Amino acid sequence: MEPVVKVENLSKKFGEFIATNAISFEVNKGEIFGFLGANGAGKTTAMRMLSGLLTPSSGQAFVAGFDVATQAELVKKNIGYMSQKFSLYEDLTIQENIEFYGGIYGLSRQEIKDRSKGIVDKFQLASVKNKLVKTIPLGWKQKLAFALALIHKPKVVFLDEPTGGVDPITRRQFWDLIYEAANDGVTIFITTHYMDEAEYCDRVSIMVDGLIKALGTPSELKKSFDVDSMDAVFQLLARGTANK
Amino acid sequence: MEKYAIQIESLTKRYDEVLALDQVSLHVEEGELFGLIGPDGAGKTTLIKILVTIIGADDGKASILEMDTRQAKKSIREIVGYMPGRFSLYPDLSVEENLSFFARAFDTTITENYSLIESIYDQLKPFKDRKAGALSGGMKQKLALCCALIHRPKILLLDEPTTGVDAVSRKEFWQMLREIKSQGITILVSTPYMDEANLCDRIAFLQGGKILSIDSPKNITDQFPWQLFAIKSQQKYALIEWLRAWEKVSYCYAFGEYLHVAFEDNTIQAKALNNYLGTGSISASEITVISPTIEDTFIYLMEHGTRC
Repeated sequence: MEPVVKVENLSKKFGEFIATNAISFEVNKGEIFGFLGANGAGKTTAMRMLSGLLTPSSGQAFVAGFDVATQAELVKKNIGYMSQKFSLYEDLTIQENIEFYGGIYGLSRQEIKDRSKGIVDKFQLASVKNKLVKTIPLGWKQKLAFALALIHKPKVVFLDEPTGGVDPITRRQFWDLIYEAANDGVTIFITTHYMDEAEYCDRVSIMVDGLIKALGTPSELKKSFDVDSMDAVFQLLARGTANK
Repeated sequence: MEKYAIQIESLTKRYDEVLALDQVSLHVEEGELFGLIGPDGAGKTTLIKILVTIIGADDGKASILEMDTRQAKKSIREIVGYMPGRFSLYPDLSVEENLSFFARAFDTTITENYSLIESIYDQLKPFKDRKAGALSGGMKQKLALCCALIHRPKILLLDEPTTGVDAVSRKEFWQMLREIKSQGITILVSTPYMDEANLCDRIAFLQGGKILSIDSPKNITDQFPWQLFAIKSQQKYALIEWLRAWEKVSYCYAFGEYLHVAFEDNTIQAKALNNYLGTGSISASEITVISPTIEDTFIYLMEHGTRC
């Protein structure tokens, strides 16, 4: 099977500073891949390269079949992205946000109509779809942002700390949505600071000082470091020199 | 009567249609490390802003060391240290310039209270000439903490200091808070991370502008009323689905690689649970009775409300 994300010796330098240092890994279709690391370890730089926003200094990466260096626009069209600061338009209604995002991704009127009905039904938004986004609770905004990141049916979706700050029930409901999307074949690439969420991933990588220091399933990593939680693995590994 | 560091009575604050604080009452004792635990939108920031006299409440009363937040703004600002949620320093000033700026604003000097910040500032010293805007996230946070402490406040108020901070840096930050507390400073800290509640002397759970519970972490987790099971299985998703389908289950949430499950019917024990799993062809590699975590209790209280 052809991997959906394929990274080979990918590097990014800012002047003398090597933010991402020749990292290599692959992510398969429908996999939930946890991309962990301390603040400043180089995760954001790597994510920006993989989503076509930043040109690599050297090495290669293919995302959804496209080269991030030479086909950045095609990469952007074929991925979904959601960050903690959901890029929803607060002064538009839910329905308008859906139509707007559908338009950005070049969907036809019929597709927008069908998919907005799909989103409204699935998240039971019928009664609030004409409400301004700024008036709806955070948990709903988060689910809407996730649905919009998937509106153009991307092969892979990048989730950058999507669950920060939400209550513990909503956080778990959000993971239900992640599982469902993965089960439908969407590849999930996710960063989080919640170590219990690292346990929910199929495989996890831990970045330290620009390098990938560990990569494997949560149980493999726990076994190889002889500890009983991903939090313990992280505590052992994550403190490089980046924050010192 | 004992003098409280912070006393809040029936505090209410409304923004247009949103009731940010709904008759919140609590007190913090002198020398206490008190945690405000709750998700975004719970009212944590509003509460802290009222305490540091940045905004006023619509109703109710808040006082700091018996000084009313409506009347004694100036005196309160002299004795509180405040670290807002967003980076609050001057990005174009160096580390040292930021610190001396805050010291001068409070009519003090870096040397006067240096002992209080020494262990934190030592880590920043190698970068003292670097512009604050060019620091890493962890170092910005340490500098902001130094700036909030430089006038040796009696009470330190920290609004989500660890949000977006990685698990290792979060532990280090809490270690610093314990050290500050040991110097006799009262600390009120807000956080959306439930696991940090255990590091506080007492906590208030805040949700939708209301207090769900206030107590020590130990007494809070004692409010979880049922026996709690932790179950581990290779068939993780099947396990969740199958248990959610059982009408006897009162509580069922994923916690890392375990599933936490509880029954209102306390006659159900591990054996009956295991039997039920068997009928769904699910084999559990582990079923153990555990103590509820802070997060279990928060979820329980969110679903069932307070049982006062």
